[in-house]
Formats: sequence, C-alpha cells, structure tokens
Amino acid sequence: MNSVDKSRPGGYADTVPTAGELGPALHLPHLEVLESEGIHIIREVVAEFERPVLLFSGGKDSVVMLHLARKAFWPAPVPFPLMHVDTGHNFPEVMAYRDEVVQRFGLRLVVASVQEYIDNGKLRERSDGTRNPLQTVPLLDGIVSNKFDAVFGGGRRDEEKARAKERIFSLRDEFGQWDPRRQRPELWNLYNGRHRPGEHVRVFPLSNWTELDVWQYIERESIDLPSIYLSHERDVFKRDGMWLTAGEWGGPRETEAIERRVVRYRTVGDMSCTGAVESTAADVADVIAEIAVSTITERGATRADDKLSEAAMEDRKREGYF
Amino acid sequence: METSEVNATLTAPAPAEPLRLDRDIDMLRFATAGSVDDGKSTLVGRLLHDSKSVLSDTLEAVERASRDRGADGVELALLTDGLRAEREQGITIDVAYRYFTTTRRKFVLADTPGHVQYTRNMVTGASTAELVVILVDARKGVVEQTRRHLAVAALLGVRHLVLAVNKMDLVGFDESTFTAIAAEFASAAEVLGVTDHMVIPVSAQLGDNVVDASTSMPWYDGPTLLDHLEAVPVGIDAWMQPARLPIQLVVRAADYRGYAGQLASGVIERGDVVVVMPAGVTTTIVGIDTFDGEVALAHAPQSVTVRLADDIDVGRGDLIVHPRQEPRVVREFNATICQLSDRPMQAGDRVTIKHTTKVLKAIVDSVNYRLDIETLGHEGADSLALNEIGNVTLRVAGPLAVDDYIDDRLTGSFLLIDEHDGQTLAAGLVGDAIRVKPGGERP
Repeated sequence: MNSVDKSRPGGYADTVPTAGELGPALHLPHLEVLESEGIHIIREVVAEFERPVLLFSGGKDSVVMLHLARKAFWPAPVPFPLMHVDTGHNFPEVMAYRDEVVQRFGLRLVVASVQEYIDNGKLRERSDGTRNPLQTVPLLDGIVSNKFDAVFGGGRRDEEKARAKERIFSLRDEFGQWDPRRQRPELWNLYNGRHRPGEHVRVFPLSNWTELDVWQYIERESIDLPSIYLSHERDVFKRDGMWLTAGEWGGPRETEAIERRVVRYRTVGDMSCTGAVESTAADVADVIAEIAVSTITERGATRADDKLSEAAMEDRKREGYF
Repeated sequence: METSEVNATLTAPAPAEPLRLDRDIDMLRFATAGSVDDGKSTLVGRLLHDSKSVLSDTLEAVERASRDRGADGVELALLTDGLRAEREQGITIDVAYRYFTTTRRKFVLADTPGHVQYTRNMVTGASTAELVVILVDARKGVVEQTRRHLAVAALLGVRHLVLAVNKMDLVGFDESTFTAIAAEFASAAEVLGVTDHMVIPVSAQLGDNVVDASTSMPWYDGPTLLDHLEAVPVGIDAWMQPARLPIQLVVRAADYRGYAGQLASGVIERGDVVVVMPAGVTTTIVGIDTFDGEVALAHAPQSVTVRLADDIDVGRGDLIVHPRQEPRVVREFNATICQLSDRPMQAGDRVTIKHTTKVLKAIVDSVNYRLDIETLGHEGADSLALNEIGNVTLRVAGPLAVDDYIDDRLTGSFLLIDEHDGQTLAAGLVGDAIRVKPGGERP
C-alpha cells in the first residue's frame, strides 16, 4: 500500500491518493463499521456519565456488547459493572456462563432478583407463570439503588417495530418510563446524555445491528456463547406453537406432552416464555446459514410475551422495560 | 401513511435466497423523504418486501392488521409503521430506522416523514446519510416540498441524490411526463451544487423499478432503485479528507497512556507528526493500538487508541490533526442552524455547545438571517422557530477547533443544548453550509 504524504505543503486535495491507489484495505466492511460505532458510543458514555452499568443476561446481544466494551478500553479493564435481572427461571447453562465470564474478565456483577421480590411480596406471580413482565420493577429499583445514570442495553432496532424509532441514547424519567415524543433528535455521532437527578439514560450500542450482523460478528471474533445457542437434545413440550423447556417454573401442564427434540435457542430469557427452535446447527457457521434463509424473525420465533398484543413491546417500553 | 393504497396481489415471500455469507460487504446509510401521499411508506415497504427483508411472521402481523382495518389485501405501508399512537392516528411522527441486507450491501435506512413541519426529522435522518431518496408523485411532479427536501439534503452534505418518480402507473407509464420531471429536478439539483443525482421512474404499488425492472416502461434503460443503491460508492469522503481524530478519553493502565477516539475523517499512520488542537502542540504518533493488536495505519471511521511521543496535556475534547491541515481555531463563528426545539432561538440565548467530543458554554450573539428553504433567499429574522433554518453568530467560552461543514461533516457539525433542561435545541453546521452555484438561479 502506498504511504500517504500528508505533510506536503499546498493542501491535501492533490496529495491524497485515489481509492484505487490505497487499495481495498481502506474499504471498511460493515462489521467493522458497526464495531467502531459501538466502541465510540460506549466510550462517550464512560466519558460523560458518572455511573454506567451494562445489562448482562448472558444472551448473545449482551455478550457482544461486553466484547465491545473490552475492546473500547483495552488495555485497561472494563470500567463499569454488569447487572443481571434474574427472573429465577434461568437456564443453568446460562447462569454458569454468566459467572464464568464475570470471573474471567474480573468484572463486578450486580443481580436484581425477581424471585426476591416475589418472596418479599413486592411482586405477585402471574397466573400464566411468565416472569418477563415482572423484570421491570427489580430493574428500575436496581438502577435507582445503585445510582446508575447510564444503562447499556443490547436492544436492536431490527428486533421489533416499537424499537425502530428508539434512540441510541434513550432518556428515561424518574419512573423509568420512555416517552416517544420526549426523545431527543440524534444527529451525526453527537449524543446528548443530559438528564435530571433521578433520571437515567438507556444506551443501545447495537442499535444498527441486525440478528445476522450479531452472529457474523460472533463468528468473526470467535466469541464464546452459552451452549444453549447451539443444537442439542432437550426435553421440550409445545405451547402456542413454541418448544418450551420443562422445569420448576411450572411447565408443562397436564395436557402438554414432553418430547425429546433436537433444538437450539435464538434468544435467552425467562424459561417460561423463551422458545427453542428445531435446529441441527452445531456451530456458529451453521447458525448463520440458518438465519440467512430464515423466514421467521427472532422475536416471533421465540418470545411468547411479544405475541400478547400487537403493541406489547411499545407498552412494556413505556413502563421502563429493557 | 397512505391508507388508500392497498395491494391486493401481494403474497407471502418465498423463502429468501441464501445470502452470500461474505462478511466483507459494505454498508450504506440512506434516507427517504417525500410529501404526504407520495407513497413513501409503500415504496419503503416494497423495497423491504421485494428484497425479501420482510420475514413471514412480520408479514402475517401486517396481513392481520390490514384485515382488521377492512383492507382487501396487505397495506405495504403498515410494514413501516412503528408505534400504536401512529397507527391509531394514521401519522408518522418520527424517524424510523430500517435494515436490510442484499448479497452486495447492508443498508441502514432512515425513514423520515414528509410533513412540512417535520424538517427537523429530515435533518436528523440526512445527517448520517450518504444518499437520500426523494419521492414525487408523477401526477404532480416537482413541488415546493420537493425543493425543500432537495435543499435540506444539499445543506446536510448528502453526496448522492435519487429522485423516485412514483405512481408512474397512474400516468400511463408516460415517458414525456417522466422526462419533464427529471429535467426540472436536474436543474434544481444543479443550482444547489449537487452533481450526483439519479432520476428513476417507479411504481411502488406495482413494484416497477423498485427491486425488479419494469416491463411497462421499455423506454427506461437505467438501473432500478435497488440496483442504484447497491452501486453507489460508499465511505469515500470520510478518508479522502484531512485526518481528524477527536479524543474521547484517556486510557490508562500500568505503563500505558493512550488517547482513544474514532477517526472522523482521514488517515493516520504510526510515525506521523501531528498537532493537538486547539492548543497547537506538535508531537508524533508512536503507536496506534486496538484490542486486536497494534496497527500501522488507521482510517475513518475506525475507533482506535493512539500513543504519543511526548508527555503533553491531551484529553477529551482535543483534536489530533496533521500539520498544515489544521482546522480553524475560533472563539466566535457563524453557523447555519436548524431549530429542533419548539422554543425559539434568539440573540442573547445562553446555550451549551457540543462539538465533536468538546462541550463548552456559548452565547448566541446574533441571529443573522432566516433561510427560505424553497427560494434559498435570506430573510431578516430576530429568532428562529422550530423547523426553521437560519444563520447565527455564536461566541464560545473557550477556543474551538472547527472545520466548515462543507469540508468535514463531523468536525463541522454541532448541537446546541439547553443548559437548564438538557433538551437539544438546534443542530448546527459551521459556516455557510449551502453555497448556491455562482450565477445560478432557481428555475
């Protein structure tokens, strides 16, 4: 590659070589554009906020976010803790993964426990046994009691219609609520994170990533994931067209028969409402091939709670959900 | 939203052809703008649908919603409607981002509503776009709103413009209608100094020339919209410009001190002599570090950490550049601003300016004029209201290293923020962001 003579007097216009001369190395692939953008966002937050925290479920989006955070500050350690909103209905593989990651990278973990809230009587178990909607209160309390002012979330705009209008810096009021009409316009790469005491800002560094981007990046970076993301045999039963895992959370009902199936998960969440898909994808490359031809979006395939109503996500976002 | 546009022929998409799983595709950010009833939502829906970016459960949900509304078939516009509040009121209230990938490119689409009062949304969407698609209705041709969209795109420095002449089916696919609109648009674009523009006759409703070539317009031999989106060069400007590395923060570890930032433009190499602005101190880059190892060269828009030869005072808000390519250092400057807040901007207002990674207090010394975005004329003004664009003189509390927006999008742009309630008041472009071609007159 030719060197760029940037010191030659007479301005740059005639000294900068053409794209052809510089060669393909200056042509940035989309994954590197997304990575650079994510790192820029994470650094902006650390520079401008007092107490950031990264929401970490062990799901692939939070894992990629953590990977970007490690890159952003290297060789220094990640300068903020992780927070896990623990529904109590966890996949054991995911919990083991979470603890291993915290240990390996020397991180601090804050846990907000839904089970604790149920035990204290602050929250009541829903009749359907689903705990995803119960996460909001422990999440908001965790943010307030730790005085977190910036909360990194792995949300992507391609996930769901209500997310398509989400900002990268999303202002939440004292009640954690999101008001689409109060969001600030975001221009260029300038983010406005100003907030009043008691308010916080949700930050989504993966806003512009799609599910396929996330998987391609995981492959490119050889990032470890919880094992349930890859194909395995599992005892499952069918509810509302989805394969759910039997467990202490309450499933299956008497009328629901358990079967042994070869499955994998596309998302990680509360066991009671996170469905597996039948798949023989044994490694990340297989998963990518599967996604590239998939005709069902990630949330539709695996999240029962998003099907409750067409505007389910919009409602939960307003209330302060992720 | 065009609720009257119902497409009865739409069927569920065939399983998408396997994408080429090449990780080295590039990424184009583009925006769409159109007037009410130009069929923009339908066009975007068609683009997503025909490029097989709409997955079956999404399509089912839209089919269900279309039926609930009493429509005969699927309303493509519903594919792009986000919030229930909008669906109930039949409006689009803000910029929505859409994503689709073809075998050649990943696309990030900023879908902006067309109402005249939503200039701020188009400014927002265009700020990160390398290309803007403007829609017109073939029956109406270039209207004032089109000129407004064209001017905003030119103002925001969007390099490539596309005019999609929609609803060609409603003018009998008539070539002369198209040619007249194309000529009018070309002369309007030329006045604004926009040289790269493409005019494409389409029918979003029927799918002609959106993804698939039309069979009804044999007289048109140009690219379809998607062909053009896939062919436009991307990311060239950012690294053809002088190097600009705004420092976000200092990375400190044992025996390590590096300056982290994302290159706004240009190329830096290990060994480069550089100047740290605004102080003007000269030093040398001794290392460019990333998590994946040291690199000899980095270019925009990469995020890097650089080590410098000398132990000098460098921190957030400083800008690393090459000698003889320094930006201007100013304490007072003129800028074009677009008012984003419903609180008007006037002389004497105290604000906070955010420029690259630097935040300073500032005072609006004067409002110099309001820009009539349709005629590009200057009107006398004491204040700038929501959605108005005009020129102001700003005085800042410390030295600021700036480029004109026309020369560098990221070191020439800024936000003005309310010191008290934190809201973003205005988007700013350093200098006269629009330069009408000398002697040019608006047709």
